Amino acid sequence: MKLDDLLKNTGEWLRGSGPDSDVVVSTRIRLARNLADFPFSNRASPLQKGEIESLLRERLLRIDNGTRFSYVQVHSLNHLDRQFLVERQLISREHAASEGQRGVAIEPQESRSVMINEEDHLRLQVLRSGLALEEAWQEIDRLDDLIEQRVNYAFSEEFGYLTACPTNVGTGMRASVMLHLPALQMTRQLEKVFRALQKINLAVRGLYGEGTRASGDFYQISNQVTLGKSEADILREIREVIPQIIDYERKARAALLRESRPTILDRVYRAYGTLRSATLMTSDETIDLLSCVRLGINLHLIEDLTIPAVNELFLLTQPAHLQKLQGVVMEPEERNAARANFLRHRLNKN
Amino acid sequence: MKKAISCDSCGQPATVHLTHIEKGGRRKEVHLCEACAEQKKVLQKQELNLSSILQALIGQHVGPETDDLARLACPVCGIKFMEFRAEGRLGCPHDYEVFRAGLRPLLDRVHRAVRHIGKKPSRFGRAVRPDVQREVLELRRRLQEAVEREAYEEAARLRDLIRSKEAAE
Repeated sequence: MKLDDLLKNTGEWLRGSGPDSDVVVSTRIRLARNLADFPFSNRASPLQKGEIESLLRERLLRIDNGTRFSYVQVHSLNHLDRQFLVERQLISREHAASEGQRGVAIEPQESRSVMINEEDHLRLQVLRSGLALEEAWQEIDRLDDLIEQRVNYAFSEEFGYLTACPTNVGTGMRASVMLHLPALQMTRQLEKVFRALQKINLAVRGLYGEGTRASGDFYQISNQVTLGKSEADILREIREVIPQIIDYERKARAALLRESRPTILDRVYRAYGTLRSATLMTSDETIDLLSCVRLGINLHLIEDLTIPAVNELFLLTQPAHLQKLQGVVMEPEERNAARANFLRHRLNKN
Repeated sequence: MKKAISCDSCGQPATVHLTHIEKGGRRKEVHLCEACAEQKKVLQKQELNLSSILQALIGQHVGPETDDLARLACPVCGIKFMEFRAEGRLGCPHDYEVFRAGLRPLLDRVHRAVRHIGKKPSRFGRAVRPDVQREVLELRRRLQEAVEREAYEEAARLRDLIRSKEAAE
């Protein structure tokens, strides 16, 4: 598979449509699965990792799910290409950085992908635009069945799907919903929301998964517990809480417009103006400004830009995407100039 | 049941317990309810990090069984319970059986449950034989050791054995 082909599109999940997409960016479900008769990836010898990779690759490529997987051997990619896949949420940071034979199977629309030899032998993922837990579950459940027809999963009646880390055992499922919460952030109500979520055992993380600061007011809400609850129960718990957060965010947006209109207008237009005229732009600043612009579009303060267009800019201005688009490897400072240039061109078209 | 400790400040049930080690090693205990702890800002905001939470939990639960658990090693993949404690990752599916005594309290703390009630593989109980899988897992370890010793004849024999077991499954 040629990675550069992916550059032509942005993946279904960034489409920016789907229910409640003014607040919900995307829905993601992943399943952790392991082969019954191999040690877990971290304990497997290089030879065994090779065996696991070729066996699973061959089985995955045989699956015809309407469309077929393309396969990328992550260990033979350079740093930039690995980073590119991380930015597209097709592989984890850990998968990019780890060692040994490993890979990822990707569907053309990028909504389904499977990592091989991550922490677990298999990490299945379904990514959808907007709030779509039920659809995402049906899709990943079907993919899981198709894979299971071809391999023996490590499973016990007592503990469920057996995983390298006991925090994933049972269903092996992590369902997460990515939310854009700029108004709750501005009105300092996020803490309250997060405390409530933690009480019901849901985790909150920043944009790109564990251990990252929340950039651009994007937060992922996901389940912590994987054992002793059915998949349906886990999904229901998340599904029940999301509408409340959406409601809080919308109320906070309305309150901002009502009570601090001059301030909010200034922030939105200042962000838009900066993106359209700055000549040096770091990726952190870009994310923060685009977040303000995204809010501006949803508040109908900006009319000449769409949510899908902004979503695309979030992705294309990431370091690896920027370098792939320019076709050259650049130092951070060169990137800041190229990023500002790219944004100016994109945003001053009309 | 233990008697609930009440908050030093307001008398409500305390959920935050702090032990200050003062100069000279003297210990001073402070008990607070969540609201008072927050007001006094004794809890530092921490980013949620699953693996560090897990490390802490693995450390905590090991009580009187420590000696027995410390000696445990998986006969299939060779990982020792103490290695799992240090790294937070198990070595093979069979570890869930071998370390069950150590894992159950941990699972109970992390998930508040010790039994799976979700999806099952459709083939489970029919085509899948856990005893055969364990055997193959063990054969693979012996194969790996044979390769490392450069005992290629034995390796070839083990390889064929694994293939025949897998084919029979």
